[in-house]
Amino acid sequence: MLWIAIRMLTGDKQKFYGLLFGIAFSTLLITQQLTIFVNLVERGASGVYNVTEADVWVMDEVSRTTEVNFAMPSTALDKVRGVTGVDWAVPHLRAVASVRTKDGDLEGVEIIGVDDATLIGLPPSMIEGSKSVLFQPDSVIIDDVGTTRMFEGGISPVGERLELNDQRAVIRGVADTIPSFTSQVALYTKYSQALRYVPGSRNRLSFVLVGTSDGVSSEELAARISEKTGLKALPREKLAQNGIDFIMENTGIPLNFGITVILGFIVGVAIVGLTFSLFIRDNIKQFGALKAIGVTNRKIAGMVAAQAFMVGMIGYGLGVLGTVAFIYSFSGDPTFKGFYIPWQVPLISLVAMVLIIVLTGWIALRGVMKTEPAAVFR
Amino acid sequence: MSVSDTKPQPAIRTRGVTRDFKAGQQTIRVLHGIDLDVCPGELTYLVGESGSGKTTMISIMCGILWPTDGDVEVFGTDIYALSDNELVNFRLQNIGFIFQQYNLIPSIDAASNAAVPLIAQGMNRLEARERAVAMLEKLNIGDQAAKLPNQLSGGQQQRVAIARALVHEPRLVVCDEPTAALDAKSGRKVMDLLREVGVAEDRSVIIVTHDNRIFDLADRILVLEDGRITHDGTDMPDDH
Repeated sequence: MLWIAIRMLTGDKQKFYGLLFGIAFSTLLITQQLTIFVNLVERGASGVYNVTEADVWVMDEVSRTTEVNFAMPSTALDKVRGVTGVDWAVPHLRAVASVRTKDGDLEGVEIIGVDDATLIGLPPSMIEGSKSVLFQPDSVIIDDVGTTRMFEGGISPVGERLELNDQRAVIRGVADTIPSFTSQVALYTKYSQALRYVPGSRNRLSFVLVGTSDGVSSEELAARISEKTGLKALPREKLAQNGIDFIMENTGIPLNFGITVILGFIVGVAIVGLTFSLFIRDNIKQFGALKAIGVTNRKIAGMVAAQAFMVGMIGYGLGVLGTVAFIYSFSGDPTFKGFYIPWQVPLISLVAMVLIIVLTGWIALRGVMKTEPAAVFR
Repeated sequence: MSVSDTKPQPAIRTRGVTRDFKAGQQTIRVLHGIDLDVCPGELTYLVGESGSGKTTMISIMCGILWPTDGDVEVFGTDIYALSDNELVNFRLQNIGFIFQQYNLIPSIDAASNAAVPLIAQGMNRLEARERAVAMLEKLNIGDQAAKLPNQLSGGQQQRVAIARALVHEPRLVVCDEPTAALDAKSGRKVMDLLREVGVAEDRSVIIVTHDNRIFDLADRILVLEDGRITHDGTDMPDDH
């Protein structure tokens, strides 16, 4: 009977494609929007993800994220180094500055000062040049997304000179980074150099990056540092989560994307529900005849369920494929750099699809179940 | 042995069948205590004006509409004493249906349409299809087996519907206006086929019809007026 059910469905091509479109469009909308949402929000943690070496981040008590921080006295570094379980600790500076480009344009940039000796604080891989270029005078490394913003036309920025708060800076490398939430241009330089680029208050140490000794967990060490120094110390995962939470709490993004996802669901229910109901209505005589002939309600329900399942799965597959195609085709765009589809997103859209199918299938099935077999004689 | 034991078991036996329908606050009695025996091996017509109750009667006789009161036995089984599932299964095993509008599934071919009862019984689809094709051949449309219903003429669609009603060899075949959409020649041909294939010693065919062009083909004609059987004979009464 399932074969008959599938043939009934696929035989009515107009409605079959209508149902597929409804499910696929709804899945695409939900999956694509959730994917963009997750990736955008995760960029709130890019400052942490770009520094792979640090197990623990130490900061002022009021600092919240890598971008929202309050500078500490430079003595904080020595305090941290004195805590048992700290394998190494290096200074890390994050501040904003204005840069004047060769064309005379003004661009807001984030200056990131990394440890002079070890260069801990740099992203793990480079696109152009090597990390050691920072040992040359006035050197800065620019992030790849920043390159596209400041140097249009795909020209290599290496060798370009910038004016940074009246100081000379020369771009000598391009780092492969995860862009920040605002895609602000990031310039990496040595900590000592960064202090010159970002003049200002007495305290300019944003973070102390810490590596744990063998056998000590990040959580344990963070707690110990906090206790011993009075500073805030967080394992990298916690600080990353704080960055994500900050975006969630302080922007309208969750609401906007949430509305779109809900709209996707509603559109799915509307298109699929309407089309499926029409399909059932058009075939109600046939279902009535089957009931009269001796097909049980259970088998009829199985037929409707098979129809709903088939159209749901094909439509869902098409929707997910559409999202993959979208992400793949825009992967070269800096806005979508590093975007991926977390496994939870297709799962969520699958649940949404199942809900749509169950809801619309149930409504359609009610019509079939209500049909008396005797109606075929009327 | 008593006299009643020697009588053949009726295909259908109804006693005191009544049926009421609610229409707003009113209750309308459509059937008034029908007592009827339909014998096997007969082509029985149920004739009457619109609203006379013949559709209700035939629906009750084939187990798809519960009577308000009374008993209905089909080949000795009190069908309304069965559970819902047992009744559905009883219909599947014992009754074949031919509907006025055929109610064929438009997206499957003639053979698959004819095979539906066998598939519903759980038979393998290919085997069911083979038997359906054999039945279509018996009805002289074996060459149309692979065509969709919309590629067939009205007469051919009706034959597919007949094949569907007979393919599982039911003991009772119930037809609702089987010739209404056919011309006189095709109508008579369909009736000949029904008699040839559907009527046997242990089988019975009941036909609801208005079609006076085929009255002469009946073994028995029952006339229903206002929910009562007013005529029971081999011919139509003169005043009809």
